[in-house]
Amino acid sequence: MTPYIIRRVLWLIPVLLVVSIVTFGLMHTAPGGPWDRDSDQKPLPAHIIARLNKQFNLDKPIHEQYLLYMWGAVRGDLGPSYSQPGKNVGELIADRIPYSARLGVQALFLALLVGLPLGVIAALRQNTWVDYLALFISTIGSAVPSFVLGIYLIIIFAVGFDLFPVAAQGEEAWRDPRAWVLPTIALAVGPAAYIARLTRSSILEILRQDYVRTARAKGLRENVVVVRHVLKNAMIPVWTVLGPITAGLITGSFVIEQVFSVPGVGRFFVSAITQRDYSMIMGTTLFYALMIALGNLIIDVTYGLFDPRIKVSK
Amino acid sequence: MAVTAPAATPKGLVFENTRKPRSLWRDALRRLMRNKMAVASAIVILLIAFLAAFASFLPLHPPVEYQSRENDPGGGGTRLPPFWQEGGNSKFILGTDPSGRDVLSRIIFGAQVSLMVGFIPVAIVVAIGLLVGMTAGFMGGRVDMLLMRFTDVVYAFPDLLFIIIMLSALRGTALYNILDGLLLIFVSLSVIGWVGMARLIRGQVLSLKEKEFIEAARAIGMSNRRIMVSHVLPNSLAPIIVAATFGVPGFIISEAILSYIGIGVRPPRPTWGGMVQDGYSNINAAPHLVWIPAACIAILTLAFTFLGDGLRDALDPRMND
Repeated sequence: MTPYIIRRVLWLIPVLLVVSIVTFGLMHTAPGGPWDRDSDQKPLPAHIIARLNKQFNLDKPIHEQYLLYMWGAVRGDLGPSYSQPGKNVGELIADRIPYSARLGVQALFLALLVGLPLGVIAALRQNTWVDYLALFISTIGSAVPSFVLGIYLIIIFAVGFDLFPVAAQGEEAWRDPRAWVLPTIALAVGPAAYIARLTRSSILEILRQDYVRTARAKGLRENVVVVRHVLKNAMIPVWTVLGPITAGLITGSFVIEQVFSVPGVGRFFVSAITQRDYSMIMGTTLFYALMIALGNLIIDVTYGLFDPRIKVSK
Repeated sequence: MAVTAPAATPKGLVFENTRKPRSLWRDALRRLMRNKMAVASAIVILLIAFLAAFASFLPLHPPVEYQSRENDPGGGGTRLPPFWQEGGNSKFILGTDPSGRDVLSRIIFGAQVSLMVGFIPVAIVVAIGLLVGMTAGFMGGRVDMLLMRFTDVVYAFPDLLFIIIMLSALRGTALYNILDGLLLIFVSLSVIGWVGMARLIRGQVLSLKEKEFIEAARAIGMSNRRIMVSHVLPNSLAPIIVAATFGVPGFIISEAILSYIGIGVRPPRPTWGGMVQDGYSNINAAPHLVWIPAACIAILTLAFTFLGDGLRDALDPRMND
């Protein structure tokens, strides 16, 4: 087990290296620089650009810039932001993490809270209208993109019924728990639908197993069979997809954050893109990639703990 | 739209029931036609495709031109409400947007973008996936190892993030000037998308390689290339078709998101995602400018999802029990 974990952790290094090289390379092939102004503004004088370039190491050859950047990143220093002078990218991201994390965790819990029971009920009532309804809902839930869903939630519940703020502006507005309701739902529906479908098929598969027949044959009550033998085993595949689901929540969040103007990391990323703030883009991309890789790592490592049949020692 | 499958039965397929030599594809088509949701979805897709294809010939107002004032002599604002609201005008069924452009026309021309973005990258992805997947699956060894390691890295990289970075990096280049940036979007969507397809095809090849009929083909001296083209390819077509169909809504959603956050197709070319973005600031006064394009995105992606579900069930009879 331990060598496996070590190998998995070490595998993070090449992954993050490739992600950083690709992002860094792409950002620097972009024509124009962070000091370009819109055409209606006066361009910055050449000597100021030269000084800025020197200050941000942009006058050095690209591989040197990359190494300098990575050396900083390893020590936790993601460099200064180009668009917000005097601020450090790491600090800027850290300021936004609580918002994104809260949104993501809430959505994950909501998805499990809705998806699991829906899948269980559908499987236990297979081929009845309950099952078909649950399947239909989950197909729609997984097919409709979250941002379209978010927009509809806003139009119906915020514009139409005026139950929630349309888009809470400023950090103060996000103290109000009501502001979180719609974005959480919008982000949770997709994963909830996925969990429901997976739970359903996983339970149906296990209901066919011999040990379930044995449990029934020895006269166990149906409740006991379902809870102790079926549900416990059906949770294993669900656990394994939590990795990809977490990744989906992380990348899904920046669209939802944009729709609901949540002041999280994702919204920051989008504004960094439009402002061509290279260091912000690099910083958030590395942060996202690390989060996704860590999420998958935790799921894969704990997988063995839940299922004694699987030995993760290869 | 449906399975316009090769007419010939894939050679070498083992039928257990030799009395009724019906082709696999004909069976699949029959099963697909019984699936009401899938048939309805196919019709919706064909309808949207028809409108999009002939948009320029339909009696529509130009999608990018200022329309309202001359048609709205009393004219207060530049925005015309849709016909069901007061002040609506039957000439502009869905009204006009705040820039005075006809909404209905923008919706129909917007479908062109969504459909192109749905189909073209999928075609590229399947082509590259076939080439790489087949090579890796058949050759094994170093090529295969390289592909698998590469996919591991790509899977760790959130694709939408990569697409966004690539688009924003290449926006100033000549590539962005072709087809209002559509070409760049096709490229960015395919650059990552092919990886999953290659992996799927590799898996297919690996499992088919061990089958008796491939062994038989090899025994009679067939070349690798012929085995791939006439045995492996037709037999792995079903999962490829299903994966490609499910890929379409993914690409449509990605493009809508890109245009929504403002780095997708270059305005003024109408796109559904861009229309949502345009209308968003005005959502309280004119929610229809947001919900109509949003509904179009939802309808088209749902249709492809239901069609994909139908195709999967139709092509894989084992799922039906």
